[in-house]
Amino acid sequence: MFEYDFMRNAFAAATIVALLSGSVGYFLVLRGQTFAGHALAHVGFTGATGAVLIGVAPLWGLVLMTVAAGVAMGFFGEHLAQRDVAIGLVLAFALALGLLFLHFYTAFATQATTLLFGNVLAVDVSTVYTLLGLGALSLAILAIISRPLLFASLQPELAEAKGVSLRLYGVLFLAIVALTTAECAQIVGVLLVFALMIGPAAAAQQWTSAVTTGVLLSAGLALVEAWCGITLAFYTDWPSSFWITALSVAVYLLAVLPRRLRALQPV
Amino acid sequence: MNAIELDDVSLTLGGRRVLGGISFAIAAGRFVGVLGANGAGKTTLMRAILGLVAPSHGAIRVRGQPATRGNPAVGYMPQVLSAAPQGTRLSGWDFVASVANGHRLGLPILGREKRAEIGCALDLVGAGKLARRPLAEISGGERQRLLLAQTLIGRPQLLLLDEPLISLDPHHQQEVVELVKALQRELGITVLFSAHEINPLLGAIDQVLYLGNGQAALGAIDEVITAPVLSRLYGSAIDVIRVRGRIFVMSGSHDVEHEEHRHEAGHEHAAHEGHVDHV
Ligand SMILES: Nc1ncnc2c1ncn2[C@@H]1O[C@H](COP(=O)(O)OP(=O)(O)OP(=O)(O)O)[C@@H](O)[C@H]1O
Ligand SMILES: [Mg+2]
Repeated sequence: MFEYDFMRNAFAAATIVALLSGSVGYFLVLRGQTFAGHALAHVGFTGATGAVLIGVAPLWGLVLMTVAAGVAMGFFGEHLAQRDVAIGLVLAFALALGLLFLHFYTAFATQATTLLFGNVLAVDVSTVYTLLGLGALSLAILAIISRPLLFASLQPELAEAKGVSLRLYGVLFLAIVALTTAECAQIVGVLLVFALMIGPAAAAQQWTSAVTTGVLLSAGLALVEAWCGITLAFYTDWPSSFWITALSVAVYLLAVLPRRLRALQPV
Repeated sequence: MNAIELDDVSLTLGGRRVLGGISFAIAAGRFVGVLGANGAGKTTLMRAILGLVAPSHGAIRVRGQPATRGNPAVGYMPQVLSAAPQGTRLSGWDFVASVANGHRLGLPILGREKRAEIGCALDLVGAGKLARRPLAEISGGERQRLLLAQTLIGRPQLLLLDEPLISLDPHHQQEVVELVKALQRELGITVLFSAHEINPLLGAIDQVLYLGNGQAALGAIDEVITAPVLSRLYGSAIDVIRVRGRIFVMSGSHDVEHEEHRHEAGHEHAAHEGHVDHV
């Protein structure tokens, strides 16, 4: 299957995005911010439709909108209690804007489907390079801030006392999540970003007890799921997003079910 | 050198004066119990010593230097325990390790020296084995032990422990107090240990810092836990009654410290306390 250009592009794009989303997802799950990831993906849809409306590539609309929303959420939701409210407000406003764009934009159906569900087989070479650039940038920032981010995530009160700015790292991290969301949306679409960002990370959290191995496993699982998903799509002609999501769900179930079943058994 | 000096310090939070014009000095190497009713300002005082709350008046010095955030010589155990991360099987070891160089940029990968230090801190509190287990699966008291271990990382000279006894039954309370006492002696460090009740700390602490009514009293137990001093700090007539080596601080027929304690227990750890009371 590698004799086709579109397959090589698809594998390259999936590799970049999976490594990024697996690593970022680990911290997202650890921080209990999966709702933020979910909201950012939907906000991204608005950005993408807005970009299409003014004749710009949807990816840039996605990037701009998700990063802006991520930073806003980080600023307004420093404390856990306010977090969901801040996210909800940003989400509602973005969806209202999206509705407005839809109102102005007519020839929409195919574009919208691609945005919502992604189509990795349609990714071209220039998009691969863009993904590589943004992905490398996000991973580099994540690597640089990972230690204080971990500290602030696990023990916010203590981290603050040790001079770690909770707000700074909260904002920076959500900006990275936003970039990751925009990247994921290219592969699986905004509706299924969860599959690549949360699924592998949540499974990895179940299987590991140390941070480093957890992040590596999460990225590894995302990679395998993306590769297998595309391969299955190639041979079955079913949508790749379906396969990737199905694999992600299956792996997560594999991670949690044995323990759940054991817990159900009478001692 | 004094471990902590407060010079005419006022602390104000959201327009409310919590402590007004207090001065005291705690010599290095002391084990000090910090007492006072709910809202007396124990947590606020510790946060001020950590440099997280700037005094509205006066100066705080820690080991001779003005109090600043991120002082490596100060270890801290916050009162509000962040919930154990849900849905993860992260080990206690990783939790404790996150504090090592936690403020520095970079990957959370530790060198041999830091790993040895963490192992050492865990051994000091007897939590070496405990730390291998997932954080989500250990009890509140065991968690307390891990948190204590992590205050020792970075070899601090001053420990601020904010209510380490909360949610522990009397037996485990005694264990923690003895553990802290042993650490304090062995490492020769200064410890501020806040609590709602003086009794678990009797025999361990060198001094009491009693807060109330915006004021503070520092001294030996016999100097501070007296009717006149506490009446001033509570703003009402207080009797101090000693029975078989235990001290009861009474307002009329109420045991003030114990009432406070139950009040706290009521919304946080009802099950634990209720059980103990009925036995
Ligand atoms: N952010 C805030 N804004 C305004 N007032 C505050 C704030 N935080 C605390 N306070 C007030 O400051 C006072 C001191 O609070 P603090 O938490 O220091 O008391 P405490 O002695 O630690 O009490 P507890 O025994 O309940 O832990 C209380 O009256 C509290 O209501
Ligand atoms: Mg307090």
